[in-house]
Amino acid sequence: MKKKFKDLLHHKYRSRTISFALIIGAYVIIEILMHSIRLSRLFTGMLVPCCCYIILALSLNLVVGFSGELSLGHAGFMAIGAFTAIIVSGLSTKMIPDTTIRLVLSILSGSVLSGIMGLLISVPVLKLSGDYLAIVTLAFGQIIKSLITNIYLGFDSDGIQFSFVTNELNLEQGKMLLSGPMGATDTAKISNFSSGILLIVLTLYIIYSLIDSKYGRAIMAARDDRIAAESIGINILRSKTLAFVVSAILAGAAGALYALNYSTLQPAKFDFNTSILALVYVVFGGLGNINGTILATTVLYILPELLRSLQDYRMLIYAIVLIIVMQLGSSVRLKRYIEQIKNRFTKKGVTQ
Amino acid sequence: MKKVFVVLLSVLCVLTLAGCGKSDNGGGNDTGDGTVTVKLGGSGPLSGDAKVYGEAVRNAAQIAVDEINASDSRIKFDFRMEDDEADGEKAYNAYSTLYDWGMQVSLLTVTSGAGAAVAASYDEDKIFAITPSGSSTALVYTDSKNFKGNFQMCFTDPNQGVASADYLASYFGGYKVAVIYKSDDVYSAGVYEKFTAEAEAKGVSVVYVGAFTDDTSTDFSTQLTAAKDCNANLVYLPIYYQPASLILKQAFDMAYAPIFFGIDGMDGILTLEGFDTSLAEGVYLLTPFAADAEDALTKNFVTTYQNKFGDTPNQFAADAYDCVYAIKQALENMGYDGKMSSEELYDAMIAQFTSMTFDGVTGNNMTWAENGEVSKAPKAVIIIDGVYVSAE
Repeated sequence: MKKKFKDLLHHKYRSRTISFALIIGAYVIIEILMHSIRLSRLFTGMLVPCCCYIILALSLNLVVGFSGELSLGHAGFMAIGAFTAIIVSGLSTKMIPDTTIRLVLSILSGSVLSGIMGLLISVPVLKLSGDYLAIVTLAFGQIIKSLITNIYLGFDSDGIQFSFVTNELNLEQGKMLLSGPMGATDTAKISNFSSGILLIVLTLYIIYSLIDSKYGRAIMAARDDRIAAESIGINILRSKTLAFVVSAILAGAAGALYALNYSTLQPAKFDFNTSILALVYVVFGGLGNINGTILATTVLYILPELLRSLQDYRMLIYAIVLIIVMQLGSSVRLKRYIEQIKNRFTKKGVTQ
Repeated sequence: MKKVFVVLLSVLCVLTLAGCGKSDNGGGNDTGDGTVTVKLGGSGPLSGDAKVYGEAVRNAAQIAVDEINASDSRIKFDFRMEDDEADGEKAYNAYSTLYDWGMQVSLLTVTSGAGAAVAASYDEDKIFAITPSGSSTALVYTDSKNFKGNFQMCFTDPNQGVASADYLASYFGGYKVAVIYKSDDVYSAGVYEKFTAEAEAKGVSVVYVGAFTDDTSTDFSTQLTAAKDCNANLVYLPIYYQPASLILKQAFDMAYAPIFFGIDGMDGILTLEGFDTSLAEGVYLLTPFAADAEDALTKNFVTTYQNKFGDTPNQFAADAYDCVYAIKQALENMGYDGKMSSEELYDAMIAQFTSMTFDGVTGNNMTWAENGEVSKAPKAVIIIDGVYVSAE
């Protein structure tokens, strides 16, 4: 037992242990608070979207941080997951009255479809690199958004009805699931905080398993030195595709969880800005730094809401904080300073 | 060590946010001198692209609240407006903030998309809300449900589309009409759909329809050239004023000078920064509010607004001003004394709004249907010398 615990703190597994401890700790604290005192509506309302953004940022970090490719279209995968989940959940409402099973089914189908799209898009995309890859993923995100903006889908007693670009549906006593630019209205809210935490834990497990495996090392080797990696027989394309598809699956899951947390959702939500937002979370937390991503997402998501009391200056201060932290994060002098403090503490630990 | 710091930080975040629960929404504060204070909330874009609307609503509502609080009215307001960036997710957070604050009556949201995201929450929590400018029907009802306590001060999108087609049919009979609309926008697509149906029924000759999306909203030369080639002499623009300003500029540059006809989203074009207002000369707008109206109510509102904020109030401002006074009228009619529970207040507000008639700056004899839609007469205004003038 003792040995096992020591293993958990071994430098190889330390990051992993901290990640899980952080998430489960936060969950336990929040659950206790929820049942002991009356939490504010703002706080409880932000829990699920915060979980979604954490999963999205983690999935993006897999591509940007570990695989070293810049993707600007992750909102597109999120959108696929989101609207697939809305359709699946909407269609199966009568068949599956149990919300938990329906939620799991919706998230699964959302992530599977997103993964398939990820696989399809990765074939042409991953042959490119650098700026070109960024541009193509950007276009992909926009295409997905535009496609969904033009879909009209509903169902009634005759079955599912679909039309594209113009709304030609004539439902009798049925229900519209997607109505073009208006998106989904009247979705049943079935996401909850526990499912969000569970999904983060699952995401962490998948990412850590991947990066600690043979495939993960291949992904990072391909990132660090493409030629050297190729020379020892690593299939670069396959490694990158693997990272990209896993990332798409996770982003789809994040989207599904997000969509089922709100009663309405418009495709315009998943525009370029959302992709950039996720990228900001990743860069802010550090490329390839999983714990950093989790914390950065949480802090950056909560910050604008905490600053509400400042009213008009809210966004100004948010921007300033962003700039300061980005500057400090890359400052060599600050890093050295932190290193010094760290050393002092560890030395103390030894003498005691 | 960094890790410990990180954990501390996260705990801190949790604690800051936990805060205390909300106070009971019911029962206003009886201040002892016979007046009751009602907590009035609302959200709108106070930052970002659509902030002109959010600020107009906030300023006008503040004027109305200040006027009421300074008068000898028994009902006083405590007004708070939150930023929602015209985004559904942020609107939900803004709503939560207001709910925690103890909001009793609300101005819902300024924009449609944001409002659709919180409309159901208002309904579930039984808080009465009337939106000054959220024109989508999704704010007041959906296919399966009528949000009983959600009302609108502005026209719904379908009604605006129908009204503009009717207006064109009666005043611009022989004109060839081109339509340019934004296909990925709820508001624009909603108006366009009903406009087309009504235009067909009323025999308006639509010669060209051009669509654009958010990603193509900077260059309109294709649509304008096509409209010109079809000899359209009236261009109907059911869109917001930012793309409309570009259309006016680009039409001017290519020497294409039809009559431009906008709807309430065009309102705000005169206050757009960096826009040459001479380009908007002769533009028609369908709006329930004309700042040059001669009645005492409008004159007072326009002067106060100009003195306080330096520009002429637009229709959003006027609608917000009316919202506050309509809420006050309903509270007075029911004899609100601050002792009602939140549910009683909610039911009483609905009963008042579905039965009362209200006179404001955006029209007289306004009434509300059970589904929350307003009934009032649309007016058209024309921009002459940089100000709105009634067209009739």
